[in-house]
Amino acid sequence: MRTPLFDQHLATGGRMVEFAGWEMPVQYTGILQEHKAVREACGLFDISHMGEFFVSGTGATAWLDGLLTNNLTALPIGHAQYTILLNERGGVIDDLIAYRLGEENYLLIVNAAKIPEDAAWLRKHVVSGVIFEDRSAEFAALAIQGPQASSVFEKLFQRPMPAERNRVVELQPSRSFIATTGYTGEAGFEWVMPSTEAAAAWQAAIAAGAMPCGLGARDTLRLEMCYPLNGSDLSPDRTPLEAGLGFFVDLKKPAFMARDVLLDQKASILPHKLCALRMIDKTPPVRPHYKVYVNGEPVTETTSGVLSPSLGYGIAMAYLPPAYCDIGQMVDIEVRDRRFRAQVVKKPFYKKP
Amino acid sequence: MNIPENLRYATSHEWILVEGDTGTVGITDHAQAELTDIVFAEPPAIGKSVKAGDVAAVVESVKAASDIYAPVSGEVVERNEAIEADPSLLNTDPFGAGWIFKIRIAEAAELAALKDAAAYREQIGA
Repeated sequence: MRTPLFDQHLATGGRMVEFAGWEMPVQYTGILQEHKAVREACGLFDISHMGEFFVSGTGATAWLDGLLTNNLTALPIGHAQYTILLNERGGVIDDLIAYRLGEENYLLIVNAAKIPEDAAWLRKHVVSGVIFEDRSAEFAALAIQGPQASSVFEKLFQRPMPAERNRVVELQPSRSFIATTGYTGEAGFEWVMPSTEAAAAWQAAIAAGAMPCGLGARDTLRLEMCYPLNGSDLSPDRTPLEAGLGFFVDLKKPAFMARDVLLDQKASILPHKLCALRMIDKTPPVRPHYKVYVNGEPVTETTSGVLSPSLGYGIAMAYLPPAYCDIGQMVDIEVRDRRFRAQVVKKPFYKKP
Repeated sequence: MNIPENLRYATSHEWILVEGDTGTVGITDHAQAELTDIVFAEPPAIGKSVKAGDVAAVVESVKAASDIYAPVSGEVVERNEAIEADPSLLNTDPFGAGWIFKIRIAEAAELAALKDAAAYREQIGA
């Protein structure tokens, strides 16, 4: 599949790769340069492959609050919230951003790879009065991220970017939205619009000073922040508590999918926790699915890993048994048949200087 | 695309500069462009014996690891420590400061099996 920006990517020198069934740019000029642009200036990402679901109708808030872990009832209109869709076992189907557009009116931004599964799950559970629409094919989206994103915003929209994170502005009702959200740890916004307007928006963002960035930099940026990637760090067999996302689970809500499983888990000891690991020495880049050892015994494998462009050392995440999750715990990670020392560290890896 | 005339080339995108019985080995401009930002390089240990086509070194980009093959058989006599400290030299100067190792050539006849610049240019469609 191709986003409406496919031709723009080729024209901009994008190196195209397959991602979740989509032909997406992994980089334009280079991952390191694009990563740096986002940390120091402003980067522009095509996120049109992500899904857009609209939920409305009487009871929409209550219905979503019964399926998602975070609390939409408590979310003011015009705000966005990171939240998680669970299966009956408490495992993660998807993590997503919910925009509250009205009292009973929502836009959900979901992962590209999970659009069919999420939509099927939501349709299976839909109740009378609630209207669920998967309109992913009609919409494109851009992420504009970095310390200079507010300047790009002003050039694009002739008004200041909301200073607050997670604000939602409907630029045109039901057509065009911006939210001060992102996946990089930088200030910035995401801009959802009809697919037909994507090419003009892409060009306008570049003209306003944003540098095109591919999925490669998107991955290094998010991992420095310990933001999980569904399919790598999140799975149907791991709960959000195991993934360290308890902040986005409101166990005080009276009822939601798999609440009992999470309550039981919280009352006992988590079987595993997603830990942040940093390499101690100069090592080859650590990557996903590398074996992790404690005291010479294999205990798990990395779910994500990369040589951090901002920090200059290897970083990874892995589900470790709770006995090995304390900050400072030493482990070894096997890279191409050799083991290298790593240490459990506090999340996130990267903090703004 | 830079393809110096004075070098011999392996199909697997290494170059070798022959001076007497010693060859200096690196990767081509085309290879570094395909690999993208190189963030890790591990030249072989001095004294290591390799056969033509053996894995002699590894370079890694943000996204992938790539084996570097010995274009000829011989013994490693020098390794470029500068690329360990600054792997980006492989991107910025692949035919110069980004060289990987030097090898004492055991079988000079193997050089004939490598490509000249014209043949390599044809291989990569440059």
